[in-house]
Amino acid sequence: MSGNPDFTLTIDQNKYLPDGGQEVHAIVTVEASGVPAAGPVQSTSAAEVIIIDTSGSMDYPRTKMSAAVRAAQTAVDSLRDGVNFAVVSGSARARMVYPPNEQLVPANPQTRQQAKAALDQVRPAGGTAIGVWLSLADRLFAAHQSGIRHAIVLTDGKNQHESPEQLDETLRACAGHFVGDCRGVGTDWEVAELRKVAGALLGSVDIVADPTDLVADFRAMTEAAMGKAVADVALRVWTPQNARLRFVKQVTPSVADLTGKRVEAGPRAGDYPIGAWGAESRDYHVCVEVPPGTIGQELRAAWVKLVLPGSGGGQEQVLATGNVLAEWTDDEAQSTRINPKVAHFTGQAELADAIQEGLQARKDGDLDTATARLGRAVKLAHESGNDQIAGLLDKVVDIEDHATGTVRLKKNVEKADEMSLDTRSSKTVRTRKGGA
Amino acid sequence: MAAVTEERTCPACDLPVYPDEDFCEACGQRLDGPVDRCTSCGGTSISEDGYCERCGLRQPEASDHTEVEAAGSAGVSDRGKRHSRNEDAMALTATADGVAAVVCDGVSSSSRPEDASRIAADTGAAALAELHAAGAGPESATRTAVARAGEAVAGLVGPAGESTQPSGEPPSCTYVSALTHGDSVTVGWIGDSRAYWLSESGESSRLTEDDSWAGQMVTSGAMTEAEAERHPNAHVITAWLGADAGELDPHVRTFTPDGTGAILVCSDGLWNYLPEAPELAAAAPSAAAEPLKAAQTLTLLALDAGGRDNITVVVIPFRSSPARPVVPPTKEGS
Repeated sequence: MSGNPDFTLTIDQNKYLPDGGQEVHAIVTVEASGVPAAGPVQSTSAAEVIIIDTSGSMDYPRTKMSAAVRAAQTAVDSLRDGVNFAVVSGSARARMVYPPNEQLVPANPQTRQQAKAALDQVRPAGGTAIGVWLSLADRLFAAHQSGIRHAIVLTDGKNQHESPEQLDETLRACAGHFVGDCRGVGTDWEVAELRKVAGALLGSVDIVADPTDLVADFRAMTEAAMGKAVADVALRVWTPQNARLRFVKQVTPSVADLTGKRVEAGPRAGDYPIGAWGAESRDYHVCVEVPPGTIGQELRAAWVKLVLPGSGGGQEQVLATGNVLAEWTDDEAQSTRINPKVAHFTGQAELADAIQEGLQARKDGDLDTATARLGRAVKLAHESGNDQIAGLLDKVVDIEDHATGTVRLKKNVEKADEMSLDTRSSKTVRTRKGGA
Repeated sequence: MAAVTEERTCPACDLPVYPDEDFCEACGQRLDGPVDRCTSCGGTSISEDGYCERCGLRQPEASDHTEVEAAGSAGVSDRGKRHSRNEDAMALTATADGVAAVVCDGVSSSSRPEDASRIAADTGAAALAELHAAGAGPESATRTAVARAGEAVAGLVGPAGESTQPSGEPPSCTYVSALTHGDSVTVGWIGDSRAYWLSESGESSRLTEDDSWAGQMVTSGAMTEAEAERHPNAHVITAWLGADAGELDPHVRTFTPDGTGAILVCSDGLWNYLPEAPELAAAAPSAAAEPLKAAQTLTLLALDAGGRDNITVVVIPFRSSPARPVVPPTKEGS
């Protein structure tokens, strides 16, 4: 496959463990370059399905439906020629908006025009069953499994017309078939639910509280999808005999636990899917528990490979490799040194947990826990320079002291502010001093 | 049919293979060739970069223990007991009238310290021999050799392929050289690797002064050697070879031994245990006659004392009075 980005993989860690030490942490940074950082990639085949919620509630207020239609039309305009696409409307059922039958069609001036005209005819009615929408998308992508596959999922409400088990089953069935970015418009949808959907589809989740912001957001999502040059990249992690891989987490641009997505890949190795890539860089936190060694021994605690599956039955490609090491030492200066990147991203993951737990406790009426957890979040956001999250926290708590995390819960919090904080809690920043 | 005997697995893919197969049915790995076994778990597959593909342990390397002899001199370098690799390096090259020897100690906190010491020792010894043969004065040759070694180390930029060390400091190492000529030896150094004169009957002495915090304190008269050595900063070096070393200002000194004995060139893995010249001389009384044995004895001594660091010991015999370096006619190479 020509036109693949150049991938590099770098490992940051302190490999030194004290006598008896077993826990090894490392930050794996994957960077793809050699494709245009902005603008569409011409060489890669791509498929796009745009799903907009057309349940009855989209009519309240009316601006929601019209904004969603305009946003979807903008997304259609952002597709480069030749991209196979479809537009789906979702309620308790899923229906083709364009083309009329269940298939994808290549984008060109004529199909774009037809799709936009069809969108103008969409009328809101009925309930919400996100899994049903995704099943239709999955069928549409089935004939296009070799290139970039991306879906946009827009909803404004809770998943009321199917059971959580049905949704989970659909998510399991769709996993790996396409990447799905999810957006909640308004404030009547469920953050945890949409986060679960985005997590299963390796996509992002965000809130668009004001429907008028949908157009810009859809354009950005589609353009990002058009910038992807290679799909289905995986991190293959080998660990030694008697070691335990405790977790593999994406830590930029947001925290996402990949541990449960492991697919066995030969002796002592497993693949963790990391989706489609354009010119970008992401970080992963790997934690391995190794059997205790003796002073002076060095162990490969994890062998990390970036793997691209062979297209059309071809050979898989190993794009880059790196070693996570463990070496036991009795030199305390070495074993106690903290790798700044590991520390930073450990803090960012804790920040996401603290916010989500704090907001849940607040909902449950456990105000002591809510105050403690959100206070901790304030301190972590402040220390790590995560200004976006600090700003969102500001709207939910009154801050007495950033440095100690002393806060009071605000009495009246806008629903949109609370949901924004919840949705964006997992967004991370790299180190404060621009240290990549 | 035959009962199942010893279970056999493919060294490459771990799947079971039948006893009479020459190649693994699953992955095509050749099964009848000699196999390296992991020194820890007995696994039969060692990856190209030296780790066992079953238990992950890095396998011993050739550099863990090396011995060299050239021009009647000898050297031993050993990983020690507390480090996972040998970051020291040595090089010995015969010259027309003696030997050029270099010992380097990679700075552990830098990236690729073992590559830094290796290239510095090789480059330095080769340059010394070449310049000496071309008629350069020994002190000038020593300075030029340091400069070339420094350039070589500074050229090692960044991590080799991947960074598992915190990739901040560029590769760096210490350097000490000894070039014998006539009845004298010229030593040059940067850092805290040392040269000593070990006299068989007369007075032994240290020929170098460390570029270290302790060394500076002692040289400036701020502390006694004993006081400085007790300080936690004692062994922080103040000069080294590497891209971040700035302009190199090597110390160079020419010494004419009086009587029979040996020049000892070593890393701190030895002198940490035996810092005083008379102690070293007493520990290796046969150094002039049996340099390899002396180097082995001193190395073992450091290992027995704990082997906390890599140990490198080079012994260059001087014999008779007036002292003259021993020049055997044939032995070459390192």
